[in-house]
Amino acid sequence: MQTASGPASDAAILRLDHVTKRFGGLVAVNDVTFDVRKGEVFALIGPNGAGKTTLFNGVTGLIPPTSGSVVFEGREIAGTKPFKVAELGIARTFQNIRLFEYMSAVENILVGEHCRMHAKLWDSLFKLPRERREEKEVTDHAMELLRFVGIERWAHSYARNLPYGGQRRLEIARALATRPRLLLLDEPAAGFTPQEKVELMRLVGKILDSGVTVFLIEHDMKVVMGISKRIVVLDHGEMIAHGTPEEVRRNPRVIEAYLGKQH
Amino acid sequence: MGAVGEAIRRRRSDLRSGLTGRALDVGLYVLILAFLFLLGTRVIEHGPDYLLQIFFFALANGAIYALIALGYTMVYGIIELINFAHGDVFAFGAFASASLIPLFGLSEGQVWGPFTILQLLAVFVVTMLLCAVLNVSIERIAYRPLRHAPRLAPLITAIGMSFFLEGAMFLWKGPSSVHYPDVLPDLSFTILGARVGVKEITVWITTIVLVVGLALFIDRSRLGKAMRATAQDRDAAQLMGIDIDRTIAATFFIGAVLAGAGGIMYGLSYNTAVFDLGFSAGLVAFTAAVFGGIGNIYGAAIGGLVLGLIRTFWDGYFDSAWSDVVIFAILIMVLVFRPTGILGMRVPEK
Repeated sequence: MQTASGPASDAAILRLDHVTKRFGGLVAVNDVTFDVRKGEVFALIGPNGAGKTTLFNGVTGLIPPTSGSVVFEGREIAGTKPFKVAELGIARTFQNIRLFEYMSAVENILVGEHCRMHAKLWDSLFKLPRERREEKEVTDHAMELLRFVGIERWAHSYARNLPYGGQRRLEIARALATRPRLLLLDEPAAGFTPQEKVELMRLVGKILDSGVTVFLIEHDMKVVMGISKRIVVLDHGEMIAHGTPEEVRRNPRVIEAYLGKQH
Repeated sequence: MGAVGEAIRRRRSDLRSGLTGRALDVGLYVLILAFLFLLGTRVIEHGPDYLLQIFFFALANGAIYALIALGYTMVYGIIELINFAHGDVFAFGAFASASLIPLFGLSEGQVWGPFTILQLLAVFVVTMLLCAVLNVSIERIAYRPLRHAPRLAPLITAIGMSFFLEGAMFLWKGPSSVHYPDVLPDLSFTILGARVGVKEITVWITTIVLVVGLALFIDRSRLGKAMRATAQDRDAAQLMGIDIDRTIAATFFIGAVLAGAGGIMYGLSYNTAVFDLGFSAGLVAFTAAVFGGIGNIYGAAIGGLVLGLIRTFWDGYFDSAWSDVVIFAILIMVLVFRPTGILGMRVPEK
């Protein structure tokens, strides 16, 4: 499945091949094929209801695709259970924030660290040295992640009490806690002020620098055009364009999908 | 919640601000005060020793209710389902241990030593594991295949499972009450004129150990964290690498372990068991879980204790034929005036 050509950074980390998702008679995603390359910011855009989140659900295993293949790092993952997909190295955030509201920010991240922990039940109940060492390590890492996204001052507040922007950042930190190699962000800039959007773009840059490939859905064209290397455009479940921001911006089918025929 | 909940809330506030609402409120307070007055006169009439005695019994009963209520509330917290078969798992614990006691070499009126304590401990462990296997199987067979079905579907299979288990226990031990071996030593201490037997002490200590263990487990262990995460957002939990099928199965496992322990202690205390024991005890425990705020673990423990107190005081001072009426009157009052229970639900409704 993997192409041997090109430098390592061009190798596909995620490849979608003829992916289709039907809900009864409705075709939400129709025969979509593209790949996300290692080390890039890849964007998925399209009007509301185009099937973008459905595609994310297909990749993460929440709602497996009806047909087609999803290959992550050379391994077929279509139909794999979500927790396995997380263990393999894919993490995501949600369009409508879905934190563990009644846990503190730090605890939210500790859940993300969950699949990396090794202490046994007895260790944790009685706070044995092994557990204490691991817990300290994990908690330190969680605090580091909070600093990384810039919300360390709310470490011990309930997630639901964080301001909106803080919640979005916490969701990113929680996703990073599973130590993914591919991070899916579902509309990370939704509801942000221009200032916050700039900060978010900077954060995505930092995530990329830490060696994580970013695949995002975003409505804000400034954000998309500013940070992504390549873009796929979806409309009514169909892929209508594919290329660099420049190419996509000029594509007549994209203009039509966004602005209507008369333009 | 949504529109219906909103409508109910509005209706209730309308009711309470209106003239009839005020009258209802006043009527309720008068009723409670009258009851307390009546209880007070009876308490004085029977003397302080009797009061303390009832109180000790009530704590033991409440502990058993609390152990059952925890299973209801944990399962509700994680998959929003009332596991109606849970009470029957408790009854199964009583039945199974009744058969295991002679099997493990315990008999009535024997001399107690360190070895007999080990034997009883073995009965506890094996019974709790049997109950756990039963409850996990129930989840696997009757609830997991319906996880994405409308919420009414698993509710129906839960009731079906309950009937099935009661039927199975009916076939196993027959329609009438069976004797449960009275193996605990007949020792007792007198505290301020009231008798405290080994039975009550066994129930108190076991319950405290189990409840504290549970609280530590939920708070500290990975699985406990996974359970809390799954209860709050199942999809997000999966994407954090949590195997929700395993986590849900573990919840049923732990709930049944507690119910199994409750079943043994019920048998040891009352020396009787009947095939539909799970129905009556289950309803009280369910009321306790609702009373404390269903989904809330501390609420269930407190609710169990409170209902044990109410029931035992009623049985001790009034006509015990009416105690079920009192229990359900309380259930109705909690649902009308405080639907989220005294502690409220920690986990938000989806």
